[in-house]
Amino acid sequence: MQSKRKIRILIAKPGLDSHDRGAKIVARALRDAGMEVIYTGLRQTPEQIVETALQEDVDVIGLSILSGAHKALFPRIMELVKQKGLTDVMVFAGGIIPEEDIPEMKKLGIKEIFGPGTPTETIVQFVFEHIPKRT
Amino acid sequence: MFDEEKINEIRKERERWENITLPKWMGQRLERKSEFRNHSDMLIKRIYTPEDIKDLDYMRDLGFPGEYPFTRGVHATMYRGRLWTMRQFSGYGTAQQTNQRFKYLLKEGETGLSIAFDYPTIMGYDSDHPMARGEVGICGVAVASLKDMEILLDGIPLDKVTTSMTINGPAAMLLAMYVAVGDKQSVPREKLGGTTQNDMLKEFFAQNLCIFPPKPSLKLVTDIIEYCTRHLPRWNPISISGYHIREAGANALQELAFTLYDGITYVESAMERGLNVDAFAPRLSFFFASHNNLFEEIAKFRAARRLWAKIMKERFHAKNPRSMWMRMHVQTSGCTLTAHQPLNNIIRVTIQALAAVLGGTQSLHTNSFDEALCLPTEEAVRVALRTQQIIAHESGAADTIDPLAGSYYIEYLTNEMEEQAMNYIQKIDNMGGAIAAIEKGFFQKEIADSAYKYQRETDEKKRIIVGVNDYKTEETHPIPILRVDPKVEKEQVAKLQKLRRERDNRKVNEVLEKLHYATEKDENLMPTIIEAVKSYATLGEICGVLRKVYGEYKELIVI
Repeated sequence: MQSKRKIRILIAKPGLDSHDRGAKIVARALRDAGMEVIYTGLRQTPEQIVETALQEDVDVIGLSILSGAHKALFPRIMELVKQKGLTDVMVFAGGIIPEEDIPEMKKLGIKEIFGPGTPTETIVQFVFEHIPKRT
Repeated sequence: MFDEEKINEIRKERERWENITLPKWMGQRLERKSEFRNHSDMLIKRIYTPEDIKDLDYMRDLGFPGEYPFTRGVHATMYRGRLWTMRQFSGYGTAQQTNQRFKYLLKEGETGLSIAFDYPTIMGYDSDHPMARGEVGICGVAVASLKDMEILLDGIPLDKVTTSMTINGPAAMLLAMYVAVGDKQSVPREKLGGTTQNDMLKEFFAQNLCIFPPKPSLKLVTDIIEYCTRHLPRWNPISISGYHIREAGANALQELAFTLYDGITYVESAMERGLNVDAFAPRLSFFFASHNNLFEEIAKFRAARRLWAKIMKERFHAKNPRSMWMRMHVQTSGCTLTAHQPLNNIIRVTIQALAAVLGGTQSLHTNSFDEALCLPTEEAVRVALRTQQIIAHESGAADTIDPLAGSYYIEYLTNEMEEQAMNYIQKIDNMGGAIAAIEKGFFQKEIADSAYKYQRETDEKKRIIVGVNDYKTEETHPIPILRVDPKVEKEQVAKLQKLRRERDNRKVNEVLEKLHYATEKDENLMPTIIEAVKSYATLGEICGVLRKVYGEYKELIVI
């Protein structure tokens, strides 16, 4: 039965950034690929995002940010992910994140960062390939 | 324009051409696609002829520039008289940094200012609000009080330079600060020129920067229209914006229709306030996006002018021709620019800017080639400005008015745009208007569907984006990136806290109290807000009073 469970994924918009075109497109593409997608809506604090992830019992969190506030917000989100024991949840991100920031973001535990122009198929494929195994 | 006999002759000749000449060529080479469509999903024919515009009536549908229905332009001399205003949207970091950028742009030949505010300012939060963490000065300039505005506009003569402010939820507060700086410079209020975006409706379904619910938001928009009509005759109280609708994913047709519908709603609201349509309508301004499909965009701009003129005349019975003018600002499209091979963006911006000029815009912002990566560096913004200057002075596009008029294709597309936009307008009328459509999620769904379709077409390579899904190169060409120093936030917070300590707090509290009262009494809030900013009440404090009375908007999520 457990293996029949759909992949549950939270698409989240941290901070004040209001660009939600990409987040919504990715959410829809993941849903079309058969996943259970929860979209937070805009302007979520790190606390709200991690709380929703916990409540919704998700396997994956996708963060979308285009405002440049990732350097302030991602460390806090990842800190809370660890604090709340969501260590088996896979986190990826997308948006406008300069190349030179990517190593630092990955060091926080963010599995992958998708920049502008990424085909949705690449993201869907990535999630399928990196979905954490539930025990 | 063509008599029936002539049209019949052309039809016969076309049929002959299709039956005899064309098959010979098609036999050798099939067309690149089985069908061609533009972004608005209109089927594009192989060729356009007088048949496609056989009902076009020159005087009724085109006329002369500066005259109804303004298809050919709102001014009689257009760019032969004065070029469009070159207005680059800019702002980052502290007020001081942005002030320097403004002065740089003016020195390089820019002819108007356009302020980009940071997210906390746009959302009506002070720079030290918990939600502001990591966002201060990042996407625009931080303006938390009149103090910041004074620094931002330092040394800029407000009686000579016009300023556009991209601000919506707190438009009244930022306009109040601008007025206060003008007062300090002893510029008479009737000389202050500029624009507040102040278009809340599109925020609810496109740009998503909403503070208050739709009804009080519309009330504030109308307060500004009323105040400007009475006290700031050179100020455009609103810039009815399609740009964000388009960037959120709408196609050109949806952008046109939804923007015009928002315009209708503001006119109705101002008339309900008791204003005479001819008193305020001449100061309504518009803001559109320009994308890569050159002809589609040009047709959109021309159709927008004609349709608005008709709406003002027929729906609202405006008498003053100026009330029927659609004056527009255009910005090239951010979402068409790519992070891959960023120099290619210069070419995209050129095409888009040319469309805006051939479409008869009054003002233009050209995006910088590093748009998909960061806020523009000085070099990138200079190239963007030079693009406008090259079009203005070297291309010849500005030498005659509406040069594409009479093109079978352009006139056909202009007609299509107008007719199909009108269908949307009727549909929204039947839904009960813009607010009802927002509450039903109609606009949101339309936009989300178009955005998704565009992405699918790109993913499936039905749509080629050079350097992204075709013509890719392995080698990367790194370009310099502008970064805002994280110190900006600390400095800004310290400055704000110092202000709160040093100002006359008794006076601030009094005026905030008065504002609270005026808000509850549903008065026009502009005069009290001006008083509040002059007492150095902060943006967050002023918005806080309104948040208490109006409540906050809760996003309606439509995927």
